[in-house]
Amino acid sequence: MNILPLALLACIALHGETGGTLRLAIRSEPKTLDPLLVADEPSELVRYLTHAPLIRMNRPRQAPEPALAESWTISDAGRRVTLRLRRNVAFSDGSPFDAADVCHTFLRLPETNSPSAEPFHFAAGRLTCHAQGFTVILQFPAVLTGVERLFDAVPILSSRSSSKDRAGLGPFTIVENKAGAYIHLERNAHYWKRGADGRRLPYLHAVRLEMQRNRDLELIRFRRGELDLIHSLDAESFERLRAEAPGAVLNLGVSLDTEQLWFNQAPAAALPGYKKEWFRSTAFRLAVSDAIRRADMVSVVYRGHAAPAFGPVSPSNRNWVNAAARQPSAGPAAALARLEKAGFQKRGDILYDRAGNPVAFSLITNAGNKSRERLAAMVQQDLAAIGIRVTIAPLDFPSLIERIAKSFEYDACLLGLVFDDPDPNAQKNVWVSSAAQHQWNPSQKSPGTPWEAELDRLMQTVASSPDTGKRKQAFHRVQQIAAEQAPFVYLVHRNALAAVSPRLRHTEPAILRPQLLWNVEFLRIE
Amino acid sequence: MNATLLRALRIVCAAYLLTLAAAGFLAPFAAPFRYETQFRDAIDAPASPRHPLGTDSLGRDRFSRLLYATRTSLLLAPAAAFLSVLLAASLGSLAGWAGGWLERLLLASADLAVSVPWLFLLITLRAALPLDVSPLVSLLFTFALLGLLGWAGPARVVHSSVRQILASGYIRAAQARGVPPFRLLFRHTFPNLTPVLTAQFWTTVPAYLLAEANLGMLGLGVTEPLPSWGSLLRELQGQAFSLAHLTTHLWLLAPLFVVISVILSCRFVWAARIDPTKVSS
Repeated sequence: MNILPLALLACIALHGETGGTLRLAIRSEPKTLDPLLVADEPSELVRYLTHAPLIRMNRPRQAPEPALAESWTISDAGRRVTLRLRRNVAFSDGSPFDAADVCHTFLRLPETNSPSAEPFHFAAGRLTCHAQGFTVILQFPAVLTGVERLFDAVPILSSRSSSKDRAGLGPFTIVENKAGAYIHLERNAHYWKRGADGRRLPYLHAVRLEMQRNRDLELIRFRRGELDLIHSLDAESFERLRAEAPGAVLNLGVSLDTEQLWFNQAPAAALPGYKKEWFRSTAFRLAVSDAIRRADMVSVVYRGHAAPAFGPVSPSNRNWVNAAARQPSAGPAAALARLEKAGFQKRGDILYDRAGNPVAFSLITNAGNKSRERLAAMVQQDLAAIGIRVTIAPLDFPSLIERIAKSFEYDACLLGLVFDDPDPNAQKNVWVSSAAQHQWNPSQKSPGTPWEAELDRLMQTVASSPDTGKRKQAFHRVQQIAAEQAPFVYLVHRNALAAVSPRLRHTEPAILRPQLLWNVEFLRIE
Repeated sequence: MNATLLRALRIVCAAYLLTLAAAGFLAPFAAPFRYETQFRDAIDAPASPRHPLGTDSLGRDRFSRLLYATRTSLLLAPAAAFLSVLLAASLGSLAGWAGGWLERLLLASADLAVSVPWLFLLITLRAALPLDVSPLVSLLFTFALLGLLGWAGPARVVHSSVRQILASGYIRAAQARGVPPFRLLFRHTFPNLTPVLTAQFWTTVPAYLLAEANLGMLGLGVTEPLPSWGSLLRELQGQAFSLAHLTTHLWLLAPLFVVISVILSCRFVWAARIDPTKVSS
């Protein structure tokens, strides 16, 4: 008679420790659930929760650590990786994991078009994979520097499971996906990782990702206790929430992300000749950069929760930032002097080019993003001071992407870039002239300018040199060129701000995504 | 409510509307600052003698922006509503009066217009619009679109009213006396449509004000830095965070107060004119 209540209490206590559902919002529908095709943030989050790589990046330490591979060695100057796999690991559907799954996954990569697969696309030759029991040897046709970091974005898929991409090795598995409403994930009963107490992880019973496009509503729901955490809180909401519940907000410091504007320099763009000439003029771009008051942007738009940006690398990325290349803007007077030297002339309130055309351009950004709309309004006012008229055109995101990636029907664009890895390899697809994210003039067949040709060479060194010193030297030069040529006019590096419910325990916030969920298997809800 | 009180209310509302319109149209002289001037050292400042309604998140004077927005919205939302009602009056009357295949065609067009997903059409139209159009042109384009696209609902109401009027005894009597069709339409039918058209007009104005605010989310409508009531109302969206915050920052509600008071005033002015006895009910 006395045993039953004790057993019940034990069950309740156990359930309190290991159960619970973590609820958070995603701002758009994941574009794919195929883990190899991931290119957007919500899909990436789902992949992180449902799949596992061979080597995982420890977010706070920013260093690789064993995941499905117990250990690894890199040889042949970075061309060969030998991995020893964990034994007794099973996919979420119970099918066993072995070396064949690793080869199956890596051999799919060259045929896959996604950012995480891109480093494994080689100009000549193909990667080969040799499976020997629980040892895998991956041989690449070219040197892949920092290859273990690249593995973080490569989820291992089952070669024999009938449920294909749905069978994962991550801590959770999708049990319900209601389009436009939510994705419900439950703990993977076969998850391989165990806690310090010997229990099979994760501790949480479920994770519920709820679709919530409206950030204000997301905040209201957090305050009501309907959501347990918010990633990427905007500065205004952060300040208000801090005033109300100081313990609920987290300032993780300056992120690696950048907000920048650029001018359309694509030769195929249907722009008037005089505009193309302005946008290709280094003096014009540098003058625009000089006229923008970044410190005001930090204080007005981000309430101090950002750092002025003068280059592609955040000051928090101490290993790779070139401090000498971070030149603060010289101000509107210097901007005007630079423009006059380049043949522009300010008469009254309007700046004219050499041919007498008034200098005016449109600036597109994504509609609905308050911070970007405010940044654009500040750019508009700052450039008005040197006589440049800016028309702001907020566009819905698909229209914006269509213009910057396909039709090239725009003058200038204000957008951000998100970086998950401090290693400069993460920026390869921005600086290489043939890359699609070389936004000012993407997908070039051959570099259009000598400095872009130099960027290509430097990024090749960054991507392939096994010598860290050489890589650093090359990437410092990349930052120097970025400062001298200003293809991107960098504005700010915003802080990573988050809100977390006091019910959620064992969070270990990190700047890198997913900031509060990188150790999701250890999280508990009280 | 007796007739004297109603008349007084009507005069007060009319005076309020006129004052507001005058303030709006004289905004360049009446506003203490330009609507786009940013006081970056005074963002989200509370109400003060310098900034009677405080400043917004970019440090712009809210009072000045409200005055300029009044000029924009007080002119354009009624103009767009007028355009819609004019189209509705023309097409709805024609359908009701002509009957037969023309009636079926026009009513089918109205049904089609109601069922078209306008949001996607507007996004497509925005994509087709040059990016460097000035905020004023973008604004005119938006309200013109709203005016042109909003005819279908009122047209159906007008059509059924015209059918009702044409079936009435006095029209039949006029027809029997040999009154020509056009005289029948312009002399005997249109004057009797006035209350219906007016009601459609006053219900369309606030709908367009809100539509303009929502279109801002798509990059249509008023673009920075030009203010409109819609864009000022949109700023309130972020303030929904906390009721306590709003109660201590009542000046943030000024645009909402202005929009509601204008709509109510318009209705009082009109309702009192057409039927004093119904206003109190």
